[in-house]
Amino acid sequence: MAGTPVQVTGTVLTTRRVDAYHALTVVAPGIADRFRPGHFVTVAVGGPQTSMLTRRAFAVHDVKSDYGGTVEFVFAVRGPGTAWLADRKARDALDMVGPLGRPFPLPRDPATCLLVGGEYGSAPLFALADALHQRNCRVDFVLGAASSDRVFGALRARRIGETTTLTTQDGSLGMRGSVVDVLPAVIADTRADVVYACGPMPMLRGVTAVCVEFDIPVQVSVEEAMACGIGICMTCVVPVIGDDGATRMVRVCTEGPVFRGERVRFDDVGTIPFDALGAPGGDRGR
Amino acid sequence: MRAYLAHVELPNPILAAAGCAGTGRELSAFADVTRFGALTTRSITMAPRAGRPTPRMAETPSGMLNAVGLQGPGVEAFLARELPWLAERGARTVVSIGGGSVAEYTALARRLADAPGVTAVEINLSCPNVDDRGRVFARDGGAAAEVVASVRAAMRYDVPVVAKLAPDVADVVAIARACVDGGADALAMINTPIGMSIDVDAMRPALAAGTGGLSGPAIRPLAVRCVWQVHAALPGVPLIGMGGVTSGRDALELVLAGACAVAVGTTLFHDPYACPRILRELEELLHERGFDRLADAVGLAHRPAHRNDLEESPL
Repeated sequence: MAGTPVQVTGTVLTTRRVDAYHALTVVAPGIADRFRPGHFVTVAVGGPQTSMLTRRAFAVHDVKSDYGGTVEFVFAVRGPGTAWLADRKARDALDMVGPLGRPFPLPRDPATCLLVGGEYGSAPLFALADALHQRNCRVDFVLGAASSDRVFGALRARRIGETTTLTTQDGSLGMRGSVVDVLPAVIADTRADVVYACGPMPMLRGVTAVCVEFDIPVQVSVEEAMACGIGICMTCVVPVIGDDGATRMVRVCTEGPVFRGERVRFDDVGTIPFDALGAPGGDRGR
Repeated sequence: MRAYLAHVELPNPILAAAGCAGTGRELSAFADVTRFGALTTRSITMAPRAGRPTPRMAETPSGMLNAVGLQGPGVEAFLARELPWLAERGARTVVSIGGGSVAEYTALARRLADAPGVTAVEINLSCPNVDDRGRVFARDGGAAAEVVASVRAAMRYDVPVVAKLAPDVADVVAIARACVDGGADALAMINTPIGMSIDVDAMRPALAAGTGGLSGPAIRPLAVRCVWQVHAALPGVPLIGMGGVTSGRDALELVLAGACAVAVGTTLFHDPYACPRILRELEELLHERGFDRLADAVGLAHRPAHRNDLEESPL
């Protein structure tokens, strides 16, 4: 965890619809000050008498310095919690904790960086692109989704990226297919030195496989269901290979959400691999 | 506002519940864990445990189900890295222990007996007993008492041993009595009752493990009932009340039912500042009601109802 997270009662500044998604901008000075690209926030949903106890986690899309510091995040309505968030209006109060998690590591020297986003997973990549530009890195984008209204940030990517490749499963925007399908050609064309990816787990698995083949480093930001976001509930674990070569069930919220792609055992997500530290069988199976 | 856990004095009655405060480090970014009445660790096991597969958590109305499966680094790593961090800062640490057999609990107690910084030991009895085809200790008074007695015998005499009871048993008072007869210095209740949720879109259980422990305000009436029944039957036994406490009012409810300390659990996931807030709210409520000491409010709801037919008539 970089920086100290804080809990703030933020005030909603603006709400907007972005195609299939919603974006909320919240005045949250303590969080905006400490933000680095890749950080996420958690939000309490349902108001003070809520029956929804778990906090919802969202990658930070953007922070700005106006009003003492604002934080913007993007989400899709998936259940009653996100539906409540989508109903927020300007000036509503929002209980936020952040910034949380391990942000994207940045290259020390200028490099060619390929940023890959699936669905609204592309939201945190634009702040990353700004940080990379400040380090004189070249930035290219590959963004994809099921359909054109689910590709988040295509216009902004075209504006700030050296090249931008778009993909949709239904062919309604860019190339037909997934970001993984076009990745080998884009890596070859752009001569990417490093790949950053954020999106659904199957996409991250595919992107990591391609990067391993090209032998270039890949940083993935993993999304996993979590209740607290601060490392105490132990529900958001994925199997990750450590520096010592041993697999551990590590918390996405505190050890992640950004991992080196080749360290995440994507094929074993949702299981306890038999060789993980403390896997059943090591002691008497309980 | 002082509180007592058996003979051990705590600066205040608000504890963090087992499995809800991490190692203490995570929460310390938000609240000073050394100012909690005590911090209960997640249940420590002999060997490292990877826990259950994901999804481990499902939100339910006013609660959540979890099936983490006691993920943890094992007692050696706990003693090397986690307990010293808490002890150096002066935090009071209740070490929760979990095992699959009486022998494992005993071995854990022996390992903890000479460790500095153990304020109390809490026995998580909601673990399956491998010697009894996986029946959890908390459902079997005899097995629970056996665990309590062997842990009590292995621990230092001045460290209280607390038995944590489950609410989903036929007779919680009988289990409580068995644990006290086995040597428990205090009882903690309630552990999570077992629940289940099915994802109707996927048409599968919401948790990979199928069932999980239910926590949060949804179970508070169960906690109040258990504390009430056990305090009525065993009024001299110190009780730590827990189960869905989100505010000072909730904590006071458990105190009035008979708890002399209150632990905060799932609420910490929602509000990492919950412990100091709930303590402040509880203190205010007690002051408003004219109490100078917590002990005066403990179990007060048990006093007989006012019956005016027994009053002397002025006629």
